[in-house]
Amino acid sequence: MSHLRPVPDDPSPEEGGSLPARLAELLKRAARGDEKAFAEWYDATAARAFGLAVRVLRDRAQAEEVTQESYLDCWRHAARFDPAKGSAMSWLLTIVHRKAVDRVRASEASFRRDAAYGLRDAGVAHDETAESATASIEAHRVRAALADLTRKQREAVELAFLGGYTHTEVATMLDLPVGTAKTRIRDGLIRLRDALGVGEVGTA
Amino acid sequence: MNPTSDIHALSGAFAVDALGDLERAQFEHHLAECAECRAEVASLRETAALLAQSEAEAPPESLRQGVLSGIGQIRPLPPEPPAQPAQPAPAVRTDVRRRRLPQLLAAAAAVVLLAVGAVLWHPWQHDRANVADQVLHAPDAVTITEKLPGGAGEITLVRSVALGKAVMIADDVPQPPAGKTYQMWLQQPGQPMVSAGLMPDPKEPAVLSGDASTASAAAVSVEPSGGSAHPSADVVAVFPLKPT
Ligand SMILES: [Zn+2]
Repeated sequence: MSHLRPVPDDPSPEEGGSLPARLAELLKRAARGDEKAFAEWYDATAARAFGLAVRVLRDRAQAEEVTQESYLDCWRHAARFDPAKGSAMSWLLTIVHRKAVDRVRASEASFRRDAAYGLRDAGVAHDETAESATASIEAHRVRAALADLTRKQREAVELAFLGGYTHTEVATMLDLPVGTAKTRIRDGLIRLRDALGVGEVGTA
Repeated sequence: MNPTSDIHALSGAFAVDALGDLERAQFEHHLAECAECRAEVASLRETAALLAQSEAEAPPESLRQGVLSGIGQIRPLPPEPPAQPAQPAPAVRTDVRRRRLPQLLAAAAAVVLLAVGAVLWHPWQHDRANVADQVLHAPDAVTITEKLPGGAGEITLVRSVALGKAVMIADDVPQPPAGKTYQMWLQQPGQPMVSAGLMPDPKEPAVLSGDASTASAAAVSVEPSGGSAHPSADVVAVFPLKPT
């Protein structure tokens, strides 16, 4: 699909181009204690990590804490990152997301968050000043792929991933029978994956 | 639907951290033995990472400073040893899983006897083990088995009205998540659920405290380590009991 896209000289992250390779290489150097490489890795990934934490936690101070904890974990465990099992970006965001979700569920923050959160928020446009032009094109692609899901699939995926809700909570919020939200989430993610051309990973 | 296909269906919710504690623990256990789900989870996480992109937001400079000064004080861990020995636990558990109830009860009784022999340094377990043994062998013992959500094993309740006691035996139920415990509950007719004690290790039969002969229901929930005064929303099994 890359030949269809207008910015051929900066391959998108999921297609095995230079960015994932560079991120993996920086992490490898960080594992040997190279702080400069880690700083470079931070600069290339921090907006995504922080943005995701803010989105789930809806609280910038907590998002900063979670993001910082996540990066310190990444530094500590850099040697255990295995590029054969997935991209460095996905590795980082998995750590950030898990920490953000654990925190949101452990605290009464979920109460405050519920109050601030409306379903309509889910697809709202965000400030993209931090993104490069290529990233904007990527974001556009993702939005197009999202628009291709059924409404229920999209809502289920967004509430689960960006909202940080459990599939049981998602079922209640969307008036679905318990047990069907997890199917919607999976079907939605699989459809997105195929639409975005995310390749096979993690077969090891 | 068989439980195997059920558990594969949790891959998407797992990839985006949308499972409750119990299902998460159970799916992690499944992942260790299912290469298909490992590959699927990895690909769905890559996909989710792309969704996060539209949320990108530059963090404050203070965060960068915090991270970079933090790493100066942390030593990176060495790589994992190449061939980490696979967890031996699943093999043992598969063994237990295949057995049906009569053998299970016999096995549980054997566990109880072993426990009695092995707990010199835990004298308090002695009485409980005896009670469990008596309940399991009571002539009026009645059993009810409930499956846990998402195929997370099952729990059998054995009750003897004559003894006024009940015992829970978990089969293939995952260990509770870190910082959590299973807690047992009894309900007397018309009353709220009252704690009947903790089941910190699902591999051990657990005796319920309270009068099981008059209870109208028993339940199991997942609670913070010390237990709770009232069951949380995370109730994993409910056993209706016949009035006597
Ligand atoms: Zn599987």
